[in-house]
Amino acid sequence: MTPPRVELLFWDGCPSHPQALADLRAAMGELGLDPAAIEVREVDTDQRAGNARFVGSPTIRIDGEDVDPPPDGEPFGLTCRVYRLRDGRYSPVPDPAVLREALENAMTRSTT
Amino acid sequence: MTTIAIGAAAPSFDLPATDGSRHALGGDGESPAPATAVVFTCNHCPYALAWHDRLLAVARDYADRDVRVLFINSNDAERYPRDSYEAMQQRVAADGGWPVPYLRDEDQSVARAYGALTTPDVFVVAADGAVAYRGAPDADHGDPDQDAAWLREALDDVLEGRPAQRAETKPVGCSIKWKQ
Repeated sequence: MTPPRVELLFWDGCPSHPQALADLRAAMGELGLDPAAIEVREVDTDQRAGNARFVGSPTIRIDGEDVDPPPDGEPFGLTCRVYRLRDGRYSPVPDPAVLREALENAMTRSTT
Repeated sequence: MTTIAIGAAAPSFDLPATDGSRHALGGDGESPAPATAVVFTCNHCPYALAWHDRLLAVARDYADRDVRVLFINSNDAERYPRDSYEAMQQRVAADGGWPVPYLRDEDQSVARAYGALTTPDVFVVAADGAVAYRGAPDADHGDPDQDAAWLREALDDVLEGRPAQRAETKPVGCSIKWKQ
């Protein structure tokens, strides 16, 4: 199996990326993936946000796909991203279950 | 920027709400509330959204003790259109109204005067106009059972006429979006 490419993009003006990184590392560890392989990239200007199609911090992509895709037309920019947990609560980070599922799906794709 | 100190006089203000009315704190001739919670918040921040219902519950639960709760949005609406006055009005209308006024600090002077840093950032002002509490609503934005406990404790202390036992906590949330 080729391990998935896992990226975490963050903006330092939002305090949520340490939690997102911890959740992501935990999910990868549970699935036997190497947490050290996460590519962590800071987005620090509006121009870089546009170039990276960055809709807010944190943004996590697996093999280039957002783990919790934003609505169409979501503007790019330096902001905190709003997620919804599966129980409906607002959250500054994705639901850990969503992270695991996205990783599992990527692992399945790479073995078929 | 320096945050207003505990015990210092809360900066006065007079701001428009989403319904067009104006709400003041510390104005001449004003009859002060026994306690006022000034909450810097906004439309687009996940931390502010996560704490929102808990803060509205505080307003409802303390209304019979004449506590005022004022929400203020100071974010730069040019770079963050979701925080525009029109977007604030739409949000309140979509919710069928709020039990608190949602005030627009267009020139950001109120946020600067308080030294607010995040959304949310909560200040409790006692009847004598002094700041009695500053910080987060409670210890965990992700746990609704926290029920804005730090804010409630501070209000209870002020209503009993004593200093807040937990007068300062670290505000947690999105940075206020200053105009550039």
